Amino acid sequence: MLEVRDLNVYFGVIHALKGISLSVNEGEIVTLIGANGAGKTTSLRAISGLIKARSGDILLNGQSIINMSAKDRVKNGIVHVPEGRHVFTEMTVLENLELGAYLRRDKAGIAQDIKQVYKHFPILHERRKQAAGTLSGGEQQMLAIGRALMSKPKILFLDEPSMGLAPLLVQEIFSIIKTINEAGTTILLVEQNANMALQIANRAYVLENGSIRVSGSGQELLKSDAIKKAYLGG
Amino acid sequence: MKKILKAKGFKMLTALVLTYIIIQVLVSTNIINDYMQATLVTIFINIILAVSLNLITGFTGQFSLGHAGFMSIGAYTCALITARIPTTWGFILGVLAAAIVASIAGYLVGLPTLRLRGDYLAIATLGMSEIIRIIFINMDDITNGAAGLLTKRFVNWTWLFIFTVITVYFISNFLKSTHGRACISIREDETASEAVGINTTKYKVMAFTIGSFFAGIAGALYASYFYVIKPDIFNFNKSVNILVIVVFGGLGSLSGSVVSAIVLALVSSFLQAFSDVQMILYSLLLIIIMIFKPGGLLGSRELSIAMLGDWRAFIGEKFKALRSRKEKKTTAKEDLDNDPVENK
Ligand SMILES: Nc1ncnc2c1ncn2[C@@H]1O[C@H](COP(=O)(O)OP(=O)(O)OP(=O)(O)O)[C@@H](O)[C@H]1O
Ligand SMILES: [Mg+2]
Repeated sequence: MLEVRDLNVYFGVIHALKGISLSVNEGEIVTLIGANGAGKTTSLRAISGLIKARSGDILLNGQSIINMSAKDRVKNGIVHVPEGRHVFTEMTVLENLELGAYLRRDKAGIAQDIKQVYKHFPILHERRKQAAGTLSGGEQQMLAIGRALMSKPKILFLDEPSMGLAPLLVQEIFSIIKTINEAGTTILLVEQNANMALQIANRAYVLENGSIRVSGSGQELLKSDAIKKAYLGG
Repeated sequence: MKKILKAKGFKMLTALVLTYIIIQVLVSTNIINDYMQATLVTIFINIILAVSLNLITGFTGQFSLGHAGFMSIGAYTCALITARIPTTWGFILGVLAAAIVASIAGYLVGLPTLRLRGDYLAIATLGMSEIIRIIFINMDDITNGAAGLLTKRFVNWTWLFIFTVITVYFISNFLKSTHGRACISIREDETASEAVGINTTKYKVMAFTIGSFFAGIAGALYASYFYVIKPDIFNFNKSVNILVIVVFGGLGSLSGSVVSAIVLALVSSFLQAFSDVQMILYSLLLIIIMIFKPGGLLGSRELSIAMLGDWRAFIGEKFKALRSRKEKKTTAKEDLDNDPVENK
């Protein structure tokens, strides 16, 4: 469904992505793990069009989207939940969800999807009239994911959804990610919490200094000694 | 639902017509004399400036310190046109040209600078407006340099009233549209806006261009009422003054800007009696009010009938609290009065 070929990204003289190639098949959860500054966020931002790649190609269902604007990529189903909890702070939870459907015009479908989001995250229904800035960190993360679902993603990018959450909430977020995936959304997941990510992922790529070092199935990498040492804490 | 909207629009219209009639009566009976009429006109111009800057800074979240620059472009454009066509039609042509030229300038300035954020954007817009001012000083063949241009008065306060209403109406409707919501979402969180597919650069530039459009109109009205324009009128201080009105009324509240423009104009005309310490008092007042209402007079809310109701409830509650406290105090006093007896 998504194929990235030899993507290069520079920030001035910094060569942040050194020709990465990866693919995500329909229905999969693929995870991108790596140390701080490895280039995970940069990869997601380049694929969703928020930054320009200097060279390489990105194919969505066989079609090159490398020259497409970020907005059109959202329209085509590449939806990004950015790193950190980015919600519209002074708007209510419901208004946040409505803005998620910013590019859609199908009113009935939007109402349907809001219900669906509330089903995934009952707490958001409870808080629907509350300003998003007053939600707890975990609730804001859920809202950011819910808002992304409102854009009708075919492939959902999640950039460190578990960052800063209590262990119990991390469990919950991961189980919701799994549910969303089972409901038919393909997922590309970036995580620091490599252990958890590898457990739910079909496949994984390990990024190091802007290059892909290792790739394989989630289970394989979980067992690999090198990975254990570097990312799973022994 | 439509009925309610209509009814609301109707109420608004009635209020406007009433306001107009009241001012008209006050003017024709000379209760508002010529001197006060100048204050009235200043209020209208300041409302247009504040509301348009609020669109850029309060609603879209782009900190601009160059609003006076776009105002000056409007003022000079209009003055140069009315100098050649010294009629009301010339003025109308002048206002239109002023708005268009100012908005083009806003677009050209906005496109490169709006990539910057926060302080950097403020410095860039400040620099731009200073450049505009210096260009006007140096184009003396056309602008008569630092001495400025002298034209005639082409408008009375009615024109200003009309343009003010149009400005507020347009900007408030823009803010209610999907475009307006896109602008507001940028202020709330730019990254999240990008993530939902909003072209943030486009909307920032749009807000800046529309804001400059109306700043141009304000400049044209200024030139056509006060008939003397000099580059120094549109300096850094002017931009700051406009920003003060916006912040004081509440970033993100149009009615706040309107109320604030009125209040500050009245305050400063009242303070003119204390000429030596006028600026000190004015600044002091601003500081005091900002300490007590850090979000500005209205925060990011809009004035509405419902809010007046809230205020009543709020005052009622405070009053009740005050009374119950007094009661407590008196009972406490009685206790005290009784106490000493036992202590003995
Ligand atoms: N806007 C930018 N300007 C300059 N350098 C940048 C920019 N964004 C990222 N970088 C650099 O690119 C490299 C990759 O950063 P990136 O944010 O992709 O890392 P990451 O893998 O997401 O790390 P983390 O786990 O800490 O989020 C880093 O060295 C970073 O400093
Ligand atoms: Mg990152």
